[in-house]
Amino acid sequence: MSGQVVVSDEVAPVQLGPPILEVAGLVKHFSTDRGLFGGGAKLHAVDGVDLQIFPGEVLAVVGESGSGKSTLARCILRLIDPTEGRIVFAGQDVLALKGRRLAGFRQQVQPVFQDPFSSIDPRWRVGTSVAEALDAFAIGTKAERRARVLDLLDRVGLDPSLVGRRPHELSGGQRQRVGIAAALAPSPRLIVADEPVSALDVSVQAQVLNLLADLQRDLRLAILFVAHDLAVVEHISHRVAVMYLGKIVETGPTEAVFRDPRHPYTKALLEAIPRPDPDRRMQESVLRGEIPSPIAPPSGCRFRTRCPVAIERCVTEEPEMTLFGEGHTAACHVARAELQKQDHQRRQ
Amino acid sequence: MSVAIPNVPARTSRRQGILASRKGRVGFAILVALIAIAVFAPLIAPHDPNAIDASRILAGPDLAHPFGSDALGRDVLSRVIYAYRVSLGVAVGSTLLAFLFGVPLGMYAGYHGGWVDTLIMRPIDMVLALPALLLAVALIAIIGPGSDVALLAIAVIYLPILARVVRSSTLVVASQTYVEAARARGTPSRRIITRHVLPNAIGPAIVQATILMGFALQIEAALSFLGLGAQPPTSSLGVMLADGRDFLTQAPWIEIFPGVAIAITVLAFNFFGDGLRARLDPRGVTR
Repeated sequence: MSGQVVVSDEVAPVQLGPPILEVAGLVKHFSTDRGLFGGGAKLHAVDGVDLQIFPGEVLAVVGESGSGKSTLARCILRLIDPTEGRIVFAGQDVLALKGRRLAGFRQQVQPVFQDPFSSIDPRWRVGTSVAEALDAFAIGTKAERRARVLDLLDRVGLDPSLVGRRPHELSGGQRQRVGIAAALAPSPRLIVADEPVSALDVSVQAQVLNLLADLQRDLRLAILFVAHDLAVVEHISHRVAVMYLGKIVETGPTEAVFRDPRHPYTKALLEAIPRPDPDRRMQESVLRGEIPSPIAPPSGCRFRTRCPVAIERCVTEEPEMTLFGEGHTAACHVARAELQKQDHQRRQ
Repeated sequence: MSVAIPNVPARTSRRQGILASRKGRVGFAILVALIAIAVFAPLIAPHDPNAIDASRILAGPDLAHPFGSDALGRDVLSRVIYAYRVSLGVAVGSTLLAFLFGVPLGMYAGYHGGWVDTLIMRPIDMVLALPALLLAVALIAIIGPGSDVALLAIAVIYLPILARVVRSSTLVVASQTYVEAARARGTPSRRIITRHVLPNAIGPAIVQATILMGFALQIEAALSFLGLGAQPPTSSLGVMLADGRDFLTQAPWIEIFPGVAIAITVLAFNFFGDGLRARLDPRGVTR
C-alpha cells in the first residue's frame, strides 16, 4: 500500500471487538459434469472471499445473479461444504463442527430465504413452522414454546390468531414474516438472509425491510443480507460488499460506498438505481452484456469484459484490494492509479 | 404493526377432499361395498360355496342361485363371494407389504442421494427390469404355489415400482427450500424425513398403491389361473376362471361373474386413486 490513505469523514456504526463471523479465502467450485468419461469443467461459484461481520452489524452482499452470493450464504449456513477456506463463528471453526456443536452453531445462525412460497412447508401450520427450531433444539416446555411463538408472531407484525393457518392462506409478505419469525425463534446472534425481499411486491418490500431493521436494532442482531439490488440495502446495512463472479470487488461502509464508489462495477450498479431527480439524466447503462460464465472466468480482472474503463493491465493482472478510506477497499487497477495520482499531486 | 388478514375460514374443506370429485365418490362407495362383501362373506353368501349339488350341474341363473351353478353344481354367487375374499386379501396384503418396504427404501435413497441412492436403487432397478409375471412364476417355482406365496410374489413385483415413485417425489421435495431451511434451522435429518419429506412425498405413492391394488387382483387371478396361486380347496377368482373356461359355451356364467368382479374392483380402485390424487395435492386443498 503506497501513498496516503483517503479517510472517510463518516465513522461507520461498526462495533469494535472481534467479529462474530469471519470468512477467509472461501472457495466453492462445482463440477459441472460427472459423466461416464469424467472430465467436466469447474464452475467457480465463489473464488476467494474474505469478509467479517461484527456483532450487531448488517453486512450487505450485493451482486448480480451468478455472482456467487447465494453460494456464499449457503456455505456460511453449512448447507454446502466449501472447497477451500475458513469460516469462523464466535471463535469456532464452523467447517469442523459436528453433532452437538454443529447444532449449537445452527441455533445461533438462522436463515431467511428468498422465496416465501417455497421456504415454508405447505402442510405445516404457521405456529409449527415458527416453532421448528424451538422443537429441534427442545427449547423450553411445550407451553413456553407456544407462548414464544405467539410473541414472535406479534413481534414480526402478524396477528397471533394466524398461528393455526396454513401457508396458502397467507400473502407473500405474511409468509416472509413467518419465515423471519421462525429465524428469530431460537434467539440467534446472526441471521443469514438470502435475498429476503426480492420475491416480494415492491409495496411489501419496504415493510419487510423496515421490520428487519427494527428487529436488528432491538435485538442487536448481526445480519448477512444478500441482495442483487444496491437500492434495497442502502438504508438497512452498515457495510456493503459488492460481489462479481465469485469475488468481492469493493467493500466498505454503506455511506462511503454509495457516496464515493471506486470500482466501476459498483458505479454501474449505483447508476442503475432510479432516483427521483429531474436534473439527473438516466445514463445509458455502462453495464453491457451478461455476466461471463463462471466456468471460464476472464483472465486478470474478472470485470474487464464489461468494464468501460478497462486498460491493458486488466487483461493480464488481477487487481489487488486497495484501501480507499476507513474500511473502504476496492480491487481495480484504474481506481488505484487515480488514487496514486491524487496522492502525488497532493504531495507536490 | 399489524397486517390485515383476509377473512378466510381457518379450516378449509380438507376432509371432504376425496369425496369432492364424483369419480372419487363412486370409487369409494364401490370399494366400501366390495370390502364389506369380502369381510362378511360368510354372512352374505347364500349357500355353502363348496356344497356339491348333482341336480344343478351347469344350471343357469335363477332366483335361488342368481349367478347359476358350476360343473359340480356349486353355487357360483357364493363361490365368487368367497373367492373374492381370498383374491382381495392377496391384492391388499401384497400391496401393503410392498408399500411398507418400498416407501422407506425409496425415501431414504432419494433423500440421501449419492452412493446410498445407488446402493438401494440398483438392485431395485434389476428387479424392475424383469417381466413381472415371469418373476412371480420364478418365485413360485422356488417356494411352491399357494395364495400366500402369490401375495409375496406380487409384493416383490410392486416394491420396486413404489420405491421408484417415492424416490422421485422425494427428490422433488428434498430440493424444496423448506427442507434446506429445516436443515439450516437445525432440525435433525430423521425429523426432516418424517415431518417434511414423508407428508409431502407420500401422496403419489398412495395414489399409485391404490391403483396397483386393483391390478394386484388381476395378477393374483392370472397366477391362480395358471395354477400357481390359491390351491384347492381354497378358491380365488383366478381359480374360478380356470375352472370355468372348459364350459365357456355351455355355462358362460361360471366365467362371467368372477371376471366382472375383477373388472369392477380394478375400476373402483382406479376411481378411488384418481379421487385421492386430487386430495393429496396440497395446493388442491382450498378448491
